[in-house]
Amino acid sequence: MHPPRDGRGPADPPAERRVGLILFWLYVLLYGGFMALVLVRPDLLSVRPFGGVNLAIAYGMGLIASAFLLAVVYMVLRSGR
Amino acid sequence: MLHETSATAVAIFAAFVLGVLWLSFFLGRKGQSASGYYAAHGQIHWFVNGIAFAGDYLSAASFLGICGMIAFTGYDGFLYSIGFLAGWIVALFVIAEPIKALGKFTFADALDARFQSRGIKLAVAISTLVVSIFYLIPQMVGAGSLIKPLLGLPHEVGVILVGVTVTLIVVTAGMVSTTWVQFIKGSLLVFFCGVLTILILGRGLAENTGSLAPQTLTVRPDGTRLVDGKPQERGHDLRPVGTIRALPERYGSRRETGALGPLAYLATLEDSRIVTWAAKKRVDAEGTHTVFTPTERSGADLLKPGGSFKGLTTGNLADRLDFASLMLALFCGTASLPHILIRYYTVKDGEAARRSTVVGIAAIGMFYVLTLYLGLGAMTSGALDPTDTNMAAPLLAKTFSNTLFAIISAIAFTTVLGTVSGLIMAGSGAVAHDLVENVLGIPMTDHEKVRCGKIAAVALGIVAMALGILFRNFNVSFLVGWAFNIAASANLPALVMLLFWPRTTKQGIIAAVTVGMVASLAWILLSADTFEKVYGLSREASVVPFSQPGLVTIPLGFFVLMVVSLLTARPAEHRA
Repeated sequence: MHPPRDGRGPADPPAERRVGLILFWLYVLLYGGFMALVLVRPDLLSVRPFGGVNLAIAYGMGLIASAFLLAVVYMVLRSGR
Repeated sequence: MLHETSATAVAIFAAFVLGVLWLSFFLGRKGQSASGYYAAHGQIHWFVNGIAFAGDYLSAASFLGICGMIAFTGYDGFLYSIGFLAGWIVALFVIAEPIKALGKFTFADALDARFQSRGIKLAVAISTLVVSIFYLIPQMVGAGSLIKPLLGLPHEVGVILVGVTVTLIVVTAGMVSTTWVQFIKGSLLVFFCGVLTILILGRGLAENTGSLAPQTLTVRPDGTRLVDGKPQERGHDLRPVGTIRALPERYGSRRETGALGPLAYLATLEDSRIVTWAAKKRVDAEGTHTVFTPTERSGADLLKPGGSFKGLTTGNLADRLDFASLMLALFCGTASLPHILIRYYTVKDGEAARRSTVVGIAAIGMFYVLTLYLGLGAMTSGALDPTDTNMAAPLLAKTFSNTLFAIISAIAFTTVLGTVSGLIMAGSGAVAHDLVENVLGIPMTDHEKVRCGKIAAVALGIVAMALGILFRNFNVSFLVGWAFNIAASANLPALVMLLFWPRTTKQGIIAAVTVGMVASLAWILLSADTFEKVYGLSREASVVPFSQPGLVTIPLGFFVLMVVSLLTARPAEHRA
């Protein structure tokens, strides 16, 4: 990220922001994986590996839970710096 | 369907609305300066702001629309939940802190922080207004849907009631009262949806072998309504729908499961046979006939993608691209919504912005998990109104008690109030701060800035009411999809490139915002969905291959920004 010319701008140095970007791309992989399954192999989403609950629901719930987990990880990492 | 009005429902509803209005007038004293009116002095606590994020974001589309879509078509409604929440990842990891650091009152402040360009302010202010208006439509439609069964009043009255109440909230104390209304609404929504989910699981699932005869609703040109050929009245009305035909074989002769855990509920539903109802319209000289026909399906079919997004099962490429486009827009749209972005100005610094986003994600994520249970609970409740998908959640609550119905309806109504007030705040800031003060260059005192914002809020309130009446027959989730597409196409490319690409120029930003907004809007207006549902024309007459524009117009925004920036960069910038 580049510094704004008038001095106003993102307060975080690049190293700090990198943490957020790594977590962002990690989530993009998870979300992209889900979309790929829905679009290319929707039949796999009917498999029921989790206590009788199918993969479509388990993955969807997992995406919601992982968003929260990554958010907490981010907050903890940033607080520690 | 005709709904009975209960005095308890009216009383609880009135208490909610009056409570919200009292709070606004009470807080009105704190929002009299421009900083107070537009940004609550930047003094909102991060936790309150985080829950207010939930209150702002969990709109009628999230509550009424998603529950309705799951109740009528199964899993596909949950895809909206997944996409809506995923968008917060972009907000937290990419946008939150820079937006806080760059801006003051509006989204245009942030995009223009480097350049001080009237062109950027004009383009972003217009885009803010367009997105806000598109997002306002489903909220107002949701309000109209709620008021019918709750108070027995026509759709138009619900829309006007919301419009007037919200305008009062915004005009009295701006961002201060808006924040607290959203905080209360966000808390109540998540809490009572949790209560409703516990009740659903406690009741479990039960077979219902009621009539599966098709039903026909005829609306004559003079407005009179017939059910199966006879006038609609109490005692001769459409039957409520949404039932389980058969529980899994392991239940033997038992017709009820009793209480189930969260996983067992889903697993049992997957093994059950469920009856869903689809509507088909036909128009002739007698009027509009809507025929509702039942289909018995396996739970496993309903709990996988493809119930609403038909292309996922038929393999049609255009339909698949339409779905991919919607999911991309949901992912990119959240961090581009002006009414969400301005909430970052109500906290004191970047750290508070980050923390409030995490709190928001927790509350919003919890809610979206609950939507699956609410939707499936409604699907099997035997209480659905086949004419109105948006009423699934309140009617589900009614199967437990009239009081819970009244509370859930009142919360849903407050849900609309919270989101609409945020949208009107964003729009009024765009008009007063960006257009009047910065683009037109009209100097204003602090007091005049606030007055100008309030006048803009009243005007936007009137526009919102008119649109809410005009678009009354749309599913609210579907309409919100449009708003996300426009926001993501117009705003996200400029925002991301400003933060991450040093060669971005002001001309590049203006071009990206303008092209993204115009292209996505034009695409929507030329799409098959709009041809069919707005113009009443054949889908085949549309000129774009699929209805959701994001897949094309979001990359287009990035492309236009890069090309224009490279063409307009000064030589020194190329060497840098």
